[in-house]
Amino acid sequence: MAIEKLYSQKVMDHFLHPRNLGVIKNPSGVGRVGNPVCGDVMELYLKIKGDVITDVKFKTFGCGAAIASSSMMTEMIKGKTVKEARRFTNLAVANALGGLPPIKRHCSVLAREALDNAIKDWLSSRRSKLSIKRKK
Amino acid sequence: MKVYLDYAATAPVKPEVFSALAPYLKENFGNPSSIHQWGQSARKGIDEARTKIAHFLNCQTQEIIFTSGGTEADNLAIRGIIENRNWLKESGNLLGKQKIENGNTNFQTQISKPLSNFHQPFSIPHIITSQIEHHAVLKSCQDLEKRGLATVTYIRPNKDGIIDAETIKKAIKLNTILVSIMYVNNEIGTIQPIREIGKLLERENRNRLGNRKLENGRIYFHTDAVQATEYLAMNVDWLHVDMLTISGHKIGAPKGIGALYLRKGTPIKPIIHGGEQEGGLRAGTENVAGLVGLAKAVEMINISKNKRIEKLKSYFIQKILREIPGVELNSLEKNLAPHIVNLYFKHIEGESIVLAMDLEGIACSTGSACTSQSLSPSHVIMAVYQDPKRAAGSVRFSFNQKTTKEEIDFAIDKLKKVVQRLRKISPYGH
Repeated sequence: MAIEKLYSQKVMDHFLHPRNLGVIKNPSGVGRVGNPVCGDVMELYLKIKGDVITDVKFKTFGCGAAIASSSMMTEMIKGKTVKEARRFTNLAVANALGGLPPIKRHCSVLAREALDNAIKDWLSSRRSKLSIKRKK
Repeated sequence: MKVYLDYAATAPVKPEVFSALAPYLKENFGNPSSIHQWGQSARKGIDEARTKIAHFLNCQTQEIIFTSGGTEADNLAIRGIIENRNWLKESGNLLGKQKIENGNTNFQTQISKPLSNFHQPFSIPHIITSQIEHHAVLKSCQDLEKRGLATVTYIRPNKDGIIDAETIKKAIKLNTILVSIMYVNNEIGTIQPIREIGKLLERENRNRLGNRKLENGRIYFHTDAVQATEYLAMNVDWLHVDMLTISGHKIGAPKGIGALYLRKGTPIKPIIHGGEQEGGLRAGTENVAGLVGLAKAVEMINISKNKRIEKLKSYFIQKILREIPGVELNSLEKNLAPHIVNLYFKHIEGESIVLAMDLEGIACSTGSACTSQSLSPSHVIMAVYQDPKRAAGSVRFSFNQKTTKEEIDFAIDKLKKVVQRLRKISPYGH
């Protein structure tokens, strides 16, 4: 195994053993983002009870950094509140991975966008559920 | 076990090549331009090397120019022709008397000096090349366009990755003076109809000779033969080319050496200025060890061995298509050079495949956007298929004469597992 430090050990670890891989059957929110620049696509599934992210799953089409970024993101937000999760910047993801090569930083941005989209999705479905309740 | 399947990127220096060139790094270190025995001994090495390469290409020794590699040879071929054509334009501008029409030879001039047949700069020359050329050719052409020194037509490949000779013929204009088409595409391995194009251009040139209006003279034909050198016919007369590029490090010579075949009478200007080396066409103290190595590598080429590697390539393609679902060959097997196979793996991304394979000890490469510095996908796959997903999911494997069936089986075994694993991670259906 001699991949010469293009990627850090942490990135390689998440690439070979991604955490929280999969889908959630009845998700509270789903974030699906595509990066038009390089063609990467990320799907993030959230299960939220109250305001805590109790479960998270992901699927990614992309390079090593993309897969590692999404995996790391899921690891960071699982068990956190939505508010806490929101505070993780893409830089935080990259740092948690031991840094990403400059040309790969956009992969961590994609992970962050997937989270944003998933939360937005959850909020809008919550709003529509509430408005249905009110109408009744 | 480690298996290197990226020979299209580069190859190790062959032991025989190394033995041949080593003395020129040590005892035989003289500067070939020196008149003393140290210099002349090195000079002898160059002469012998040049003779060997000329013999290989079936040309004269003075028709070989040594360069720092394939890229420089491509640059020299293209810029050398075009920039030679434009020096009169610049001096004409100083006189400020002529009107230049872009793209045709209708012009008016008040310059009284008669012009020779070679130098007719009052229309901007036109180049025909293809969309699938190596960047050394593409960027050279684009740069000349930007500087207003040439107009360029980039021929689109057909759906099988081949540049059609008839399409080139249709693109010829009155002011076309250069056609540059690569012999074997380095990414997908397709063999281009160089001889057919060469003969077509010869017919065109014969017509031009009879037509006094076409004062731009003949059309010159260049081919980048970097990937073809070890495997295909390289007789420059048979190919009907005026210029041809070869590169050392693809054929077992060191990196940093290449050569341009330049047919006698082809009017180029040097692009690197300084001393009078290479007949005044390429300045700089010669890379003697490099070119001795290049000559030895060229001498060792034996295309009768191709049958074995063709069989291996076929076996590789068939086995993968049989055993791994969702895989397509980029181009058709019958169009491919013996040593390059480019495959599209659906639903997963190229760099992640290359990375995973590297962790298994296997080298391959991809043109996916994620691997390039510019984050743009392979221009070759895009030109042939116009499909960014395909460009993102394609991987190139390339062999050499020493690749074994055992290595291929090992690689395919690992590839199967890699593809399976990455497809589990992918959001796209399997």
